[in-house]
Amino acid sequence: MIKEELMPCVGVITDITRETPDVKTFRVMGLDGKKLFSSKPGQCAMISVPGIGEAMISITSSPTKDYTEFSIKKAGKLTGWLHEAEVGQQIAVRGPYGKPFPVEEDFKGKNLLFIAGGIGLAPLFSVIDYCLDKPDDYGKINVIYGSRSKDDLVDYEKLLEMGKKENCQVNLTIDREQEGWDGHVGFVPTYVKELNPDLSYTVVVCGPPIMIKFTLQGLKELGFKDTQVWTTMEMRMKCGIGKCGRCNIGDKYVCKDGPVFRFDELGQLPNEY
Amino acid sequence: MLTLKENQLDAFFALIEKKRELYLPVEQNTGKSEFKRWAEGDKYSTALRTTRSAKNFFFAKSENLYDIEMNDKKVEVIDTRKDCNDFVIFGVRACDVRSFDVLDNVFLADPVDSYYKNRRDHGLVISMACSKPAATCFCALFDIDATSPNGDIQAWHVDDTYYFDPITEKGDAFVEEFKECFTEADDAPVRKQKEETLNKIEKLPFVKLNLDGFATEEKLTELFDRPEWKDLSEACLGCGTCTYVCPTCQCFDVKDYKVSEGKTKRYRVWDSCMYSNFTKMAAANPRLTQTERFRQRFMHKLVYYPIKNEGMYGCVGCGRCLVSCPVSMNIVKVIKTMGDN
Amino acid sequence: MSTEIMKRAAELLKSGEVSLVLGWRVGDFDYDLTPSKFRTAEDLEKNCIYNDFSAANLSKYLIKTLRKEEGKVLVFLKSCDTYSFNQLLKEHKFDRERVYIIGVPCDEKVDFDKVKTILGEDIIKMKSDGTTVTVTTTEGEEKTIAKSEVILQKCVNCKSRKHVVYDELFGDEGEVLNSHRFDEVAKIEAMKPEERYEFWRGELSRCIRCNACRDVCPACTCEHCVFDNEESGVEQKVASNDFEENQFHIIRAFHVAGRCTDCGECSRVCPEHIPLHLLNRKIISDIDEFYGDYQAGDDVDSIAPLTMFNQVDVEPSIVKSRGDN
Repeated sequence: MIKEELMPCVGVITDITRETPDVKTFRVMGLDGKKLFSSKPGQCAMISVPGIGEAMISITSSPTKDYTEFSIKKAGKLTGWLHEAEVGQQIAVRGPYGKPFPVEEDFKGKNLLFIAGGIGLAPLFSVIDYCLDKPDDYGKINVIYGSRSKDDLVDYEKLLEMGKKENCQVNLTIDREQEGWDGHVGFVPTYVKELNPDLSYTVVVCGPPIMIKFTLQGLKELGFKDTQVWTTMEMRMKCGIGKCGRCNIGDKYVCKDGPVFRFDELGQLPNEY
Repeated sequence: MLTLKENQLDAFFALIEKKRELYLPVEQNTGKSEFKRWAEGDKYSTALRTTRSAKNFFFAKSENLYDIEMNDKKVEVIDTRKDCNDFVIFGVRACDVRSFDVLDNVFLADPVDSYYKNRRDHGLVISMACSKPAATCFCALFDIDATSPNGDIQAWHVDDTYYFDPITEKGDAFVEEFKECFTEADDAPVRKQKEETLNKIEKLPFVKLNLDGFATEEKLTELFDRPEWKDLSEACLGCGTCTYVCPTCQCFDVKDYKVSEGKTKRYRVWDSCMYSNFTKMAAANPRLTQTERFRQRFMHKLVYYPIKNEGMYGCVGCGRCLVSCPVSMNIVKVIKTMGDN
Repeated sequence: MSTEIMKRAAELLKSGEVSLVLGWRVGDFDYDLTPSKFRTAEDLEKNCIYNDFSAANLSKYLIKTLRKEEGKVLVFLKSCDTYSFNQLLKEHKFDRERVYIIGVPCDEKVDFDKVKTILGEDIIKMKSDGTTVTVTTTEGEEKTIAKSEVILQKCVNCKSRKHVVYDELFGDEGEVLNSHRFDEVAKIEAMKPEERYEFWRGELSRCIRCNACRDVCPACTCEHCVFDNEESGVEQKVASNDFEENQFHIIRAFHVAGRCTDCGECSRVCPEHIPLHLLNRKIISDIDEFYGDYQAGDDVDSIAPLTMFNQVDVEPSIVKSRGDN
């Protein structure tokens, strides 16, 4: 019988890192010790646990790495279960799914600006890491990332490391003053305008809808066009292959035709996300 | 054309059932017909339509996808798929036959759904032309010819005779296999019936509704933003009746059923975009009210689906939702309003 | 009659006494009426109709409407609908002061689907003059059938022509009828257990779990139904095994026990024609027998038998022994 895309393979959790009070990063390897599957930056995978259910999760690690990682926020039934899991736990995984960021096409040779809020960093992390691993292929990498507090900044240590690289600049901000934080304080959209990035950047935005909305407004005021801004979307998904109907927006299925969209493409779709 | 007399029909069915599973419409104690597995004594119902559609044969209302077990920290996925038995569906109307094409565009698109394909490969469709269309029928609006109903073998019922015309390789092989059942006869009565039926269809109230621009990207956001959605959806109960009787609705959910400690069956079931939690996520829901859910169902059938599928509409005009909706709100009323009919 | 009713409602709308009207909007075929809001006298007089096909019970729509809308809402209620109204009032679902009820006379409604099953699917016009239903086919042919042959299941054995609550009444004050509605229950009770089990398994096997019975039911007003809760494991999905839907209906019947007024909307909307009202009616008949006659929605003040304890209440052992049969 032909291969069935809905049927997962089994992976094992080999490492768990606590990023924030409600975000953990899980490294998942194949049972043979090899990498689970090859993916592209911005793709997702369906993770499941028997009796608990399935959920679509962004792949956080860059394809250039020899492992697969998922940074997961504790939000529902499955993610709650995973947060209780230990190293050595096997889980079911299928994928990778979705259209990736055009790292080999549009992004190549360009300066890249990544703007993220909260757990919105997770789907962008794979792209940032990918581009940093291939410094010759990309121009400047600028990351603007904010969260509610210092403790809620995902991948804080890794970002600090990234910021030390020659072609990379990392700008962090938190919503409110906090003891032990001498960095920037303020919301992401405001910080973007303060930093006033030049128009040479191709921009990638991900975060809570309200953050995306105001960031986009700010970018427009700075002179950025819809055609140079990308995002990745979140919708409820069950199949991941454009059949179950759940993530349908207009004539697109977010799981298959997305989750990566350019803002001018989104403008053609009904405003229902 | 190949023919069979009405009084030979049961013998024909018995013969099919010896070699295949046979399903056909049979009248229920409610006076309504439903598809069921044929058994000795069952009488083929010539009712115009079954309450439920025929989609269940290919897109099962509930089916096991695979078993998944967990012992301590170990997980195992068990492929429980097997080839289904060959089966024949007899008496499928043109609208329902078209619905299989609509479903094919979803389930046979890359990546192919092996569960659906398995049934499709093993199923043979003998359609039945309509001769007494209902006032609620509007298949002709979607260029479906109820008098040439397609399938693997198309059939006509005129007076006491059934006429058969195989139109696929599968259909050819089938009539060859069962050739002793048929006799050749002139198809003039079929041609006459077709003509008469087409005249009747011509006079039906909804076959000429205006659908201009529905299937185009240009009108997508305009239709989406129309204020009438609010009034149209006002009475909607948010139940799943229209979805479940609809031959083309194909949304599904994937769920887990715990058989015993550590043993789980992962299965899929029909789902409905009319339901409040269809798009609910942990933190948000893009379709918060019934207006948005109602709009989604009709936009999907009349706009999104045809844009994605070369103009083929996601409605086949069977009229089931016109009969079954508890509040008599349906796709015709939507088309009339949105198409400014 | 419809014209006078609408004229009166239009007056109230025009005078500003009410800000909107809940009624039945005309459709494409005389019979396919949709519950709807009417905001202008013009819309009301043109598109609202009360006839033998105005079967939908509008009382439940008041909950949603009164939350969203300002001012007073006019609603047309048939006698059976007024019981639902009272029951909703008793459960504090809305404020009586914000509703203006026009009681409309009812002498049983027509099941249009039954008419089509008998007279044919090609019906383009369907009229009822109160005693005869006349249809016109797409070919222009006229056919008739006695209304008594095609009345809705929910109207067979109508329990009451009395409007238990209204602000204004069209027609005569009706009476509680000496209904034989429990005869149907007695028939099922008389079956042997295996027979009864088979009867219900047969009927419920057709359930497609569309939830229409629940969604239309004026007693089903939970803000978040357990069958919509993913955590419950029994949420609103098509029945995934052939016993699941049986549980759904039995649980629902028990949940509305003592609150179900026997309006019969569940059976009317069931696309599979399952006589769901019989489950509720059986419980009503048991309540009557165990705790004395009680009609939910008869009033807004009395304490329902299942929500109180009384020394003369039936012994649990008797209830149990009945279950053993």
